Amino acid sequence: MAAAPFDIPILGDPAEHPIPALKPDAMAASKPYLAAEAHQQPLGFPGELTEGWEKRAVEHMGSLVSKYRSLQVYMDICVKCGACTDKCHYFLGTHDPKNMPVARADLFRSVYRRYFTPAGKMAPGLVGARDMTKDVLDEWFNYFHQCSQCRRCSVFCPYGIDTAEISMAARDIMDSIGQGQKYCNEIIGKVHKIGNNLGLPAPALIDTLEGLEEDMLDETGVAVKMPIDVEGAEVLLVTPSADFFAEPHVLGLMGYAKVFHAAGVSWTLSTKASEAGNFGMFIGNYDQMKKISMRIREAARELGVKRIIFGECGHAWRVAYSFLNTLAGPWDFLDPRYPVPQHILEFTNDLITRKGIKLDKSGNDGMVLTVHDSCNVARGARMGDKPGGQFTIPRAVIQASVPKFVDMHPDTICDKTFCCGGGGGLLTDELIELRVKGASPRMEALKDVVDKEGVTHMAAMCAICKAQFTKILPYYDFDREMVVSVHQLVSNAIVLGDND
Amino acid sequence: MTIFFAILFSVSTLVFVAGLAMKVAQYARTPAPLKIPTTPAPLTKGGVALRLGREALLFESLFRGNKLLWLFAMIFHLGLAVVLIRHARYFETQVGPLVALVQPLAIPAGLAMVAGLALLLARRFLIPRVRYVTGPSDILMLVLLLGIGISGMAMKCLVHTDIVAVKAFFTGLTSLELRPLPGDPLLGLHLLLVCLLMIVFPFSKLLHAPGLFFSPTRNQTDNPREVRHLAPWAAKLEEKG
Ligand code: SF4
Ligand code: SF4
Ligand code: SF4
Repeated sequence: MAAAPFDIPILGDPAEHPIPALKPDAMAASKPYLAAEAHQQPLGFPGELTEGWEKRAVEHMGSLVSKYRSLQVYMDICVKCGACTDKCHYFLGTHDPKNMPVARADLFRSVYRRYFTPAGKMAPGLVGARDMTKDVLDEWFNYFHQCSQCRRCSVFCPYGIDTAEISMAARDIMDSIGQGQKYCNEIIGKVHKIGNNLGLPAPALIDTLEGLEEDMLDETGVAVKMPIDVEGAEVLLVTPSADFFAEPHVLGLMGYAKVFHAAGVSWTLSTKASEAGNFGMFIGNYDQMKKISMRIREAARELGVKRIIFGECGHAWRVAYSFLNTLAGPWDFLDPRYPVPQHILEFTNDLITRKGIKLDKSGNDGMVLTVHDSCNVARGARMGDKPGGQFTIPRAVIQASVPKFVDMHPDTICDKTFCCGGGGGLLTDELIELRVKGASPRMEALKDVVDKEGVTHMAAMCAICKAQFTKILPYYDFDREMVVSVHQLVSNAIVLGDND
Repeated sequence: MTIFFAILFSVSTLVFVAGLAMKVAQYARTPAPLKIPTTPAPLTKGGVALRLGREALLFESLFRGNKLLWLFAMIFHLGLAVVLIRHARYFETQVGPLVALVQPLAIPAGLAMVAGLALLLARRFLIPRVRYVTGPSDILMLVLLLGIGISGMAMKCLVHTDIVAVKAFFTGLTSLELRPLPGDPLLGLHLLLVCLLMIVFPFSKLLHAPGLFFSPTRNQTDNPREVRHLAPWAAKLEEKG
């Protein structure tokens, strides 16, 4: 690994988790690229800050506060107890006090108090109320782009205050006045124009899938199909576009295809809904989130499918599980026997328990697995029909596919999981220092099981996690190929008999 | 002094009740457009009630988050709860069974309340992370509560006040009758601070008490696939689009 222009955190023992001393302004210079007019306008946002933006920002804040109970309540009820202060991976990795969830939220709350509370209007100094100024806005832009909206802070807050809700609102306000983030808005533009985050046009996509079919035929001797735009298929599979593109994502996609093949269920991808991700959530914009979700509804209607299944993607599954019914429902035209939507892991796990597919663990010989609970799945979206199914189901599938599985330290898994460090619209190169440092709590827990249990691989069920880990593992002297898709393990283990 | 406190008490009670009612109405009125319970979340309303009950009575999340703070908060809130119940005897002519039950706990509870507050205040200065997020209003709030606790305890243990007269004053107040309040400076201070607390309550972080029950991450059922959840403003959006 080439020397990084910043310090790589030293990994300790996850059981001790010492709380770092504060280093004020350690990340004051970290910020993403500003969206240009060309990224803003297709989304209907102003191209740049113009005269009077302060007033418009405050007005927009007022409208959000009246539309979102979460925001209204969370603005009022924080007692500054500090229980959340040591819970954010970005604080633990960067030591910047503004990355403590309550301090981050206070950047927003201070403005809320100034304009919307009697105390803030009468005695701003007493309650830490601030005018909306350019300095405040700059601080917002920096620090609300140092939050991956992972919601770890919400788990430990006595009132469930969810800083993700606040950072989404802050980003929405910034977009509305022309201070958008290039990475997210450019990607949303691509979804609207081309259909997916990567901007893969339909012909390229079809080409890729054909290539993958050939690869699978060579490797297994079985003609596993990658159908796309097939009308009348039973299942529409919506998956992150990264699955069409790079390892380990694409190995997971082959896993899905093999599962469908082995189960004998007809399925199809869609060129229209060729993206599971929904960056509308990252920018906190309901309209965008809805617009992006509607593509899935249209594709399902046009193709006449009976069920919708989502591939491995963290925030996509949160939007799908928790919001899709709201944003693009009702789904009364689909087969009522299945939940809408389903997760591919629910589908595969069901087949495993019903013995509808056979797995041979020797396909993954020599591998010792652990799993990274992607935080949007862990804290935002269930699988199966019991609370916590999103923890048991992926583990069950992994355990059925590999010879040995171990969990990481209990304070870093399930609903206490640490974010990969690259979620929430931060997976962009200019934020690499933040991403590397923010990954340190996860890396610490990983190193622990590598050293003690001989773990060789870490499975993830989120496209962003996989991309982030592939990039940052080398900074911690791990092999980038250490991160694998869950369905990559299934793919290696599945027995492809004759289905006819 | 009697007239002054009669007026002040009435006004601050009014501010407290009306202000709180307005805030609660605002929370109830503001829609939660999306399902955002922090998972694993209960699947049924009964489960949600249990979750909220555990949060309100046992501070479950705080326990997971910070054991020492949980202990301090418990000491203070439990003390406060007992003290509050006990104070009912200044307002009701007949002492209820609950009040009688906690009667022997009066002094330990008062001490717990003051000690809890002192610990909470100390950590605001001693822990750098907490000091960083502490504002003047956070300190003042603790000082105010401490003032109430200490003046109350002083009356209980050191300079006894004529509580029969105090009770007469309050029961009189509730039946709109003016009866004299003892002219005791400690009592005056105690009541003054209590009035102040009631007035700031609906405008301060003390809203965490009712707010907890409106927190969407805690009070929503985890059933978005089964039941379509649609806020009124989002439904309007659909009609348009
Ligand atoms: S844990 Fe909750 S109440 Fe406590 S400081 Fe953090 S956000 Fe505020
Ligand atoms: S949501 Fe995650 S990233 Fe954001 S403040 Fe909370 S813990 Fe940190
Ligand atoms: S990338 Fe993965 S771990 Fe990170 S925010 Fe998304 S789901 Fe969470």
